[in-house]
Amino acid sequence: MLSTRDLVLCALFAALLGGLGMAPPIPLGFLPVPVTAQTLGVMLAGTILGAKRGGIAALLFVMLVAAGLPLLAGGRGGIGVLMGPTGGFVLSWPVAAFVTGWLAERFATNANPIRLFAVSVVGGILVVYAGGIPWLSLVAGLPIEKALFGSLAFVPGDLIKAGVAAVAASGVRRAGILPIHA
Amino acid sequence: MIELRSITHAYGERPVLHDLSLRLTERRIAILGGNGSGKSTLARLLNGLILPTAGTVAVDGLDTRSDGRAVRQRVGFVFQNPDTQIVYPTVEEDLAFGLKARKLPKDEIARRVAGALERYGLDRYRHQPAHQMSGGEKQLLAIAGVLVLEPAYVIFDEPTTLLDLRNRRKVIELLRGLPQTVIVVTHDLDMVRDFDRALVLEDGRVVADGPPAETVPAYIERLG
Amino acid sequence: MLGLYLHRESPVHRLPAGAKLGGLLLVTVAVLALPGAWGALTAGLIGAAVLVAARLPAGRVLAELRAPVVMLTLLFGFQALLAGGGWEETAVAVARFAALILLATLVTLTTRVMDMVDLFERLFGLLRPVGVNPAKMALMLALTIRFIPLLGEQVREVRMAQRARGVERNIAALFVPLLVKILTMADDLTAALEARGYDPADAGTKNSTQR
Repeated sequence: MLSTRDLVLCALFAALLGGLGMAPPIPLGFLPVPVTAQTLGVMLAGTILGAKRGGIAALLFVMLVAAGLPLLAGGRGGIGVLMGPTGGFVLSWPVAAFVTGWLAERFATNANPIRLFAVSVVGGILVVYAGGIPWLSLVAGLPIEKALFGSLAFVPGDLIKAGVAAVAASGVRRAGILPIHA
Repeated sequence: MIELRSITHAYGERPVLHDLSLRLTERRIAILGGNGSGKSTLARLLNGLILPTAGTVAVDGLDTRSDGRAVRQRVGFVFQNPDTQIVYPTVEEDLAFGLKARKLPKDEIARRVAGALERYGLDRYRHQPAHQMSGGEKQLLAIAGVLVLEPAYVIFDEPTTLLDLRNRRKVIELLRGLPQTVIVVTHDLDMVRDFDRALVLEDGRVVADGPPAETVPAYIERLG
Repeated sequence: MLGLYLHRESPVHRLPAGAKLGGLLLVTVAVLALPGAWGALTAGLIGAAVLVAARLPAGRVLAELRAPVVMLTLLFGFQALLAGGGWEETAVAVARFAALILLATLVTLTTRVMDMVDLFERLFGLLRPVGVNPAKMALMLALTIRFIPLLGEQVREVRMAQRARGVERNIAALFVPLLVKILTMADDLTAALEARGYDPADAGTKNSTQR
């Protein structure tokens, strides 16, 4: 059963995803496209809150996007965006946060940034692409290997985000504020 | 009456209150003390938000440990930062929150919310998102959200610290007019001059206790 | 928060959120079941009819659609260039989805956020047998809406503080203080909810006599 604190944490991380969408994208020097930090928030929801609460946090966020709040980067939102070609990448976030958290609860329970990076890559990149690419292929009438190929352009940015998420989660763990099983 | 019997409280290894026994019977009580003196912890013990490591706290005979819910119905708590206690997106919904948690009938909730909107001058913000209000208005809403529950005691944790002078005066006036027993944790010495009693806390111990005319100068001297 | 909702006096706006969302679902399934070209045509016609009935400015609606349409067109052009043959099929598939996205956008533009949130809460009621507590979901949704602007501010504030210290490029340095802030905020907020009498044990149960 979710305690009051669990409810609050889920809501605050969902709100963090929204807050990250409102902030201007962060320039990453050597990458041509600035990245938005929202998938980074998804990874952090998983590693810091764990599977259940992280998944709920991302679910709350996706529901509010569906309800018509312009919370995705660039002020986008609504059911149309979720049904659009890139919708699968967003709809997969609750599963992504859950998987990241599930893995973190098993394989990355301390402040080791390499383990945190690995679970962020699997949960926050592989799961998101596994949801987003077939969707893109379906909506855009694109053969799946082409959809996959097109998405590869985003892999370097996503790897950096996983790295940042790992370092940040490790920092929070070292500060000892919230152990994952709290 | 709120009674503390041999309260000791520690966060992990770090002790914050040492063997404290108090009977709080006056209508206006101030708790003074520097940062880390234990005054916020003491305030949170009074309505069972935290439970003491040792000893008991009783509100009108109800133990905070075994009758937590009944105690919280009796004792309202206003926090320093209104941003973290306004929980609903709009003013009206937020005022209704505590009443709903208490499962009051719908018409009773509507009646009390309408009364609070009027009494605290929040009527024109009714449907407004809380995040668009100024700091002073937010604090007013946070206080109203507690008073609408009609508690017999109200505890304020540094209610004026984040306010400008005009809003500070507003909150002080509001406190003066309250029919309830009021316990205020504060650094704001002007506010407490006409109180019935002021306690001074230092390193988790009461070092001065009495009418503010005596304890406030003692406190100032200790701050040195 | 107003969201993307665009107010007009129209029968479409007055329809309950559930009817609109249910309708969208039905049309989507039907359109995907129809042969491609017919599906695209059906969805397009329904979309145009709803657009007119809702009295929405076409320009504004199309602006909402620009991003997906540009992307679909680019992908489609890319496809046609590379693949050569078979582009008609792709064109139909793209048109079909563009029309469905139009319909979905129309639902969003004509439905207030809170009406949609209320609908979700009622739908969660159906999940009660599998352990979902609709009252808790409702509270979390409200808390999220309340705290989005605040966290947007926090993100900006922490970024400014980092810039002031000249470490803007170190993004991890942005997130640690932000997360620490959120976790302390969680403590305060939990205390505030409980101080106002919230008890998760009886959320969603009427006239609970527990404890």
